[in-house]
Amino acid sequence: MTAATTPTTAPVEPALRVRSSGTMATRTLGIATIVTMGWLVAFGLGFSPADRDQRDAVRILYMHVPTAWLAYLAFVVTAVSSAMYLFGKKHSLGFDRVAGASAEIGVVFMALTLVTGMLWGKLTWGVYWQWDARLTTTALLFVSYIGYLAVRGLGGTHDQRAKRSAVIGLLAVIEIPLVHFSVRMWRSLHQEASVLDSDGDVDMDGLMLFSLFVGVVAFTLLYVWLLLHRSRVIAMEDLLDDQGLDRALDQRRAEFL
Amino acid sequence: MSRWRIARLVAGKDLRIERRSRVLTNQVLPFAGVTMVMFAFALDASNVLERVAPGLIWLATLFSMLVLVQRSFAIESDDGALDALRVAGVDPVAIYWGKSIALAVQLAALEIVLLIAAVLLYGAEVPLGGIVLLATTLVTATCGLACVGTLYGGLTAGFTGRETLLPLLVLPVVAPVLIGATRAVESALGTDGVALSEGWPWIGLLAVFAVAFGAGGALAFGPLIEEAT
Repeated sequence: MTAATTPTTAPVEPALRVRSSGTMATRTLGIATIVTMGWLVAFGLGFSPADRDQRDAVRILYMHVPTAWLAYLAFVVTAVSSAMYLFGKKHSLGFDRVAGASAEIGVVFMALTLVTGMLWGKLTWGVYWQWDARLTTTALLFVSYIGYLAVRGLGGTHDQRAKRSAVIGLLAVIEIPLVHFSVRMWRSLHQEASVLDSDGDVDMDGLMLFSLFVGVVAFTLLYVWLLLHRSRVIAMEDLLDDQGLDRALDQRRAEFL
Repeated sequence: MSRWRIARLVAGKDLRIERRSRVLTNQVLPFAGVTMVMFAFALDASNVLERVAPGLIWLATLFSMLVLVQRSFAIESDDGALDALRVAGVDPVAIYWGKSIALAVQLAALEIVLLIAAVLLYGAEVPLGGIVLLATTLVTATCGLACVGTLYGGLTAGFTGRETLLPLLVLPVVAPVLIGATRAVESALGTDGVALSEGWPWIGLLAVFAVAFGAGGALAFGPLIEEAT
């Protein structure tokens, strides 16, 4: 009733009015992603020829190779932004959000890589899984980043989350080469040189190579689009954490006045 | 006080608590022993057991290590002891070293018992020529495991849900130790006719692992326990 209580019922800050993580740039990017994905479908399933040995199974690679490549890129981005957060003077939470968003996308892409790789393996090798060095490293990496995401979900303040996950993100830089090296040493000492090369063809047909290129472009666009949206959504979640309770209290208080 | 002296004091404190509470001897070692018996149930035929004995020793070590790490940080976070150490201005690097040393001593005791269990239960034989390689493997692998265990234990200390998170974080990281130590012990014991000389390259891997995580852990431990409240 009094003049002193009126400020609490004032309109909320503009930041809380944000209803979408989309901007002009992300919309353009989204359209470009859809168009290139359409191309990928057309080239991957239609125009590109079937392989002489692998036949139509080769088409899986147009998805498998780009997702694998981008999953690794995503984890590099996570490590770099973790370092930027930890060693930057301002400890900007923006880097933490990019690291988290990138790790989430990386885990999804790596899951896609493993699934498509297993399907391809079943068709070409006759088995879903081989204890090949590259496969084993990828599987361990996948589990490690699921652990990273679990650490992000431990709770606490945003700064606690950021510091803790940044340390884990950087420890992965020590971990990955050691895991990869040990698994390679394990296989090379105990198994004859493997004829199974997860790369597929070395000499690729021109149209196949182009289809693969389209795939890499399409998935890169998808990655950037997802990264922008996801890191903005994390920023909104953080804002809600910070201001949501105050805002709810203000609203409740206003009802009684 | 020098960093090394503080580390020794922290290690001494942990081991004294251990000696008085006897969690290692009364709970962890019996748990490891039961695991070894369970492996025998699962793998049945005795000739298989002899062949896979080195791997089983290290698997049992890893599982028991998870219990030891939980215990190592439960004694710190339960009574706010870690906060007290920090408030007292104790160097976090020294705490890390101290707790790693204490964990390493307990792990070494565990591994020796498991090795004896493998000899008694699985019929594994320790040739005299392999003892040097075996001892070196135990020492380097234990250092690596202790460094990783203390680091991730510190990370998850004081959070609800740490019991479930710790294995998920630690097991993928220690995969190189499992691979390397198993191969090295295989050649030390001469399992399946593996030559003794094949074991030494693995010691290199284990040593690199221990040094990398020892250094990384010493750097990261300070920021981590500052956050864990």
